[in-house]
Amino acid sequence: MNLVLAAFGFLLLGAFLSLFLAKHIKILRIAGPVSVVLGCCAGIIPAIISIIRGISESLCISWQIPFGSFSIEMDPLSALFSIAILFISSLSAIFGSGYLRHYEDTKNIGIHWFFFNLLVASMLMVVLARNAVLFLLAWEIMSLSSFFLVVFEHEKAAVRRAGWTYFIATHIGTAFLFVMFLLLGRKGGSLDFASFHLVDGTGTVACVVFLFAIIGFGTKAGFMPFHIWLPEAHPAAPSHVSAVMSGVMIKTGIYGLVRILTFLEMPPPWWGWILVIIGVVSGICGVLFALAQHDFKRLLAYHSVENIGIIALGLGIGLLGVSYDNPGMAFLGFAGGLLHVVNHAVFKSLLFLSAGAVLYSTGSREIDHLGGLMKKMPYTATAFLVGSVAICGLPPLNGFISEFMIYVGSFEGVLQDYMTEGPAVGGIITVASLALIGGLAIACFTKAFGIIFLGESRSQHCDHAHEVNMAMKIPMLVLMTACVLMGLWGSIIFDVMPGVTGLLTKTVIGGTGDDFFHSYKSILLNVTFFALALIVVIVLFVYLRSRLMSRKHQANAVTWDCGYLAPTAKMQYTASSFAQPITRLFQTFLRTTRRISAPDGLFPKSASFSSETNDFYREQVYKPTFNAMGSWLSKFRQIQHGRLNLYIMYVVLALVVLFVWKLR
Amino acid sequence: MDISRYMAVPLGLIMAPFLLGVINRTKAFFAGRDGSPLLQAYFDIWKLLKKDAVYSRTTTWIFRMAPVIGLAAVIIAMTLVPVAGSSLFTFRGDLIFFAYCFGLMRFFTVVAALDTGSSFEGMGASREVHFSTLAEPALLLGLIALSKLAGSFSLSGMFGGLSGSDWMGAGPAIALVAIAIFIVFLAENSRIPVDDPNTHLELTMIHEVMILDYSGPDLGIVLYAASLKLWVLGALIVNIFVCAAGLTGAVGLAVFAGGMFLLAVIVGIVESMMARLSLLKVPQFLIGAGSMAVLALILVLRFVK
Amino acid sequence: MTLLMDSILVLLIIAGFLLLSSSRLSNCIKIGAFQGLMVGFLPIVASGSGITYRIATIALVIAGMKGFVFPYLLSQTLRESNTIKEIKPYIGYTASIFFGVLSLVASFWLDSRLSFSVAASSRLVIPVAFSMMMTGLFMIVARKTAVNQVIGYLVMENGIYSFGLAIVRDVPLLVELGVLMDMFMAVFVMGIAIYRINREFDHIDSDQLNTLKG
Repeated sequence: MNLVLAAFGFLLLGAFLSLFLAKHIKILRIAGPVSVVLGCCAGIIPAIISIIRGISESLCISWQIPFGSFSIEMDPLSALFSIAILFISSLSAIFGSGYLRHYEDTKNIGIHWFFFNLLVASMLMVVLARNAVLFLLAWEIMSLSSFFLVVFEHEKAAVRRAGWTYFIATHIGTAFLFVMFLLLGRKGGSLDFASFHLVDGTGTVACVVFLFAIIGFGTKAGFMPFHIWLPEAHPAAPSHVSAVMSGVMIKTGIYGLVRILTFLEMPPPWWGWILVIIGVVSGICGVLFALAQHDFKRLLAYHSVENIGIIALGLGIGLLGVSYDNPGMAFLGFAGGLLHVVNHAVFKSLLFLSAGAVLYSTGSREIDHLGGLMKKMPYTATAFLVGSVAICGLPPLNGFISEFMIYVGSFEGVLQDYMTEGPAVGGIITVASLALIGGLAIACFTKAFGIIFLGESRSQHCDHAHEVNMAMKIPMLVLMTACVLMGLWGSIIFDVMPGVTGLLTKTVIGGTGDDFFHSYKSILLNVTFFALALIVVIVLFVYLRSRLMSRKHQANAVTWDCGYLAPTAKMQYTASSFAQPITRLFQTFLRTTRRISAPDGLFPKSASFSSETNDFYREQVYKPTFNAMGSWLSKFRQIQHGRLNLYIMYVVLALVVLFVWKLR
Repeated sequence: MDISRYMAVPLGLIMAPFLLGVINRTKAFFAGRDGSPLLQAYFDIWKLLKKDAVYSRTTTWIFRMAPVIGLAAVIIAMTLVPVAGSSLFTFRGDLIFFAYCFGLMRFFTVVAALDTGSSFEGMGASREVHFSTLAEPALLLGLIALSKLAGSFSLSGMFGGLSGSDWMGAGPAIALVAIAIFIVFLAENSRIPVDDPNTHLELTMIHEVMILDYSGPDLGIVLYAASLKLWVLGALIVNIFVCAAGLTGAVGLAVFAGGMFLLAVIVGIVESMMARLSLLKVPQFLIGAGSMAVLALILVLRFVK
Repeated sequence: MTLLMDSILVLLIIAGFLLLSSSRLSNCIKIGAFQGLMVGFLPIVASGSGITYRIATIALVIAGMKGFVFPYLLSQTLRESNTIKEIKPYIGYTASIFFGVLSLVASFWLDSRLSFSVAASSRLVIPVAFSMMMTGLFMIVARKTAVNQVIGYLVMENGIYSFGLAIVRDVPLLVELGVLMDMFMAVFVMGIAIYRINREFDHIDSDQLNTLKG
């Protein structure tokens, strides 16, 4: 626990140091990221110890705040999230030190590092806190510091708009959390998490708590109807901040939901169904919207929605398993979902960092402006390729392992003999949607990688593109290695999962012993074996091919142009045209608007085509709702006169009314 | 048991290009021609491997590595596919690994097509991801129906668990699965009515246009990998029938080989009799396959306990 | 007999899917004829005990009507109306197939909720009947040409007929004849209507009928 406190110490020290050193750019360049890295190193050690040994360590200091106590604990569940948070944050900080070189003359970097340190500290506190007041305090600091990081380039109107969207969304979510914790506190008698363990899942309170947790934490995590802030905020933020926010900060929402689930026993089946439905909707719609985007950071943001959907599918399968008393389904659902949290953190931050490198080097976020960057930025391109293969869930990289566990959990449900078809139907829905999501993800990332990095460059943005500096390369290298290693070491990582999911599955796996886990471990050993075999066979074939080719003459020519004499780079397929068949098929959900000015006459001068896909929920749900609310609330404008004495009168009146109501 | 287990992979590796020959011979027969030799695909591959290569200046190492990665993925998938009830390797959930190996192959084929910067190849790549997105759920739904029926979710357990009595009890469901997988098989291998392997116009091709810029040994590898894919996915269909008949061992192996031959003839007949669907109709065709798989699943869930 | 009956019922569902996905009207008529023929043969395989002359007669008459007479009448009108395809239906073909799958799932769910006592040799017949009724109704709602609407009506009738077959142990001849008569009149009237619409408007797009309202 001392090391955890040291971590907080480093982070806060770094935060305030960088605030005061704002003028000394040279020191700041080092001090800001170094404090994050030191803090993360200090924090990650106890987390690793806890998760490997399966032990929990706690610390409780009484506090002056009413109902609050400084009570923190590192158990395997918290440790899993802590490791992801600290690992990704430290790498993003190193990347940020290189990325921010562009902004050193125009921006106050000190404030940026202040909030960055604060964000990391508050995320760590969120997953460690064991008291509702402390939790909400950390939650709020996390939301605010990330808000300030998002509006880093606040001189742009689009960034300000994105910031406000995020600010409002996250606070609406927090409001639900307040109510939820108050309900739990009333039931348990105290706001310490330890007292929440009494709540029975069948009661009304538990159902309300569950629903509010879905809304409150779902807003942070990006469940589909509540996701609208993600595609706004992620493109607006600097890339290393997007990597932290998309990679780990939204996962605190998942953590919160899972932590609440550990308090509630005997979940009714409809809880699992809700999560499965949310997972299907977020997963499929998320990847569809991603496919329709032209801005690559927006595309990645929608992919976070998709992956949160996959995580929700895993948790839903797990909950169904608990409800229907199917240990295999329960364990693999939760384990797959939670492992996907870590895997997604790794490959999504890798993607955001390499996208940041492209943005840094070319200055454009439009996919259709780029092209051919593989030759100019081979390192970044490889990083993006590894991230793409991993996010598509393809073997032998890490994305496959967690999706595979969810698949196997679903199959356990399909094959279970039970009175109702519940588990089977849940399993079938999950398998079918995961397959569809997988196919669409491949479409989306072949598009992103292929159009950005391959072919010929489509505009002058790429002319001066160059490989990025060392501070930006190293984090990408580390994350690439992590993607490969976690893909190959699935069976080793598996060993910690029983400890992590222990609190969630205790009712169904109580009696079953080591044999239970061992049977699944042997499956993952097989996966490891086949992933290795795949790599070995690929290496072997590459070697054989190079032997074969070394004896041959290799000529170079232009790409086959069908006999056309003047092919230009403009004739290449673009991101929009690549995605068009699929977006047309799903037009009902996407509502892509197109503007075409067709070529006209015998010698057409100009023609243009553009398409735009706005967020369905933003346009059709939230905008009308908020507009209606705004026009209704504007009626109350008349009590706002701008006269101070009247305002004081309002305050006094309100106090008197409250006083009378209490004494009545 | 053991013979079919150890022979599964060598048989596929050796026999796969033969299927292409059978298909072409069948088509030639229906067109009233003599047709190319049955072993033509072997000659093609051998000749291509001996040739020199030409590369586009636009391409990068992705373009050169993609065929090799595809070949590796399909061979790994092949070790999991049972022949007459037993496969070289098997583990629970291997059907997911199997399906995702093809995902890996597709990812690199598509990316390599985009690597050339050609608009035709981009077009082919776009169609490929479009259609396979719809084919994948159909394949997995069909496999779930079989696994529920056989009570196992490894490929060899699932086919090995089928028996003649399943055909009596759930015949329509199994037939539906076979049809659904057959449609997926046609789509994934770019056969008529989804794609025409013999078309001569870049604008209308799917798989052929993606590999337009390959030459020499790389084209040979692509051809061989494609024939292996035809074999592996075809093996799923043939297994449904061979395993349900309860044939194993050497007899099963022989019947299986005969079944593959028959399948190739059927593909040839389909290609001779049908026209290619318009590209707008292909999604409906694939969604139709998915619907049949769903129907099969419902039948299995509801009426076979 | 169960296997045979199951196969026929599955073919009925597949015919429904095909109807939902095909735009060419002559194909729709053919598929409708095929479905009618299959439904006509249902009584023969449905009765577990042997085949009596009465059942055979009924089956033959119905199969003949649904499989040959109605389709013939429809294709006659189609030929006179010079229409080949349904262009721009209210609900697209891909979405229609999705609806088909959904209605199938819904019918099986409905069946598990209602739990009828089934007289026929396969339990599958009730959900299939529901699914055919829904498919027919859907076609009436979602398609514009009158021919397709008539086919939708026929599909719905097929559903009702199979439902009756499953519930009632023995088909009373008189009722059956009454139903057939009803159908015959319906197709006849629709045929005349299509013919008239076509003569007035040069096409059979029923969407244009609302120009008639004052």
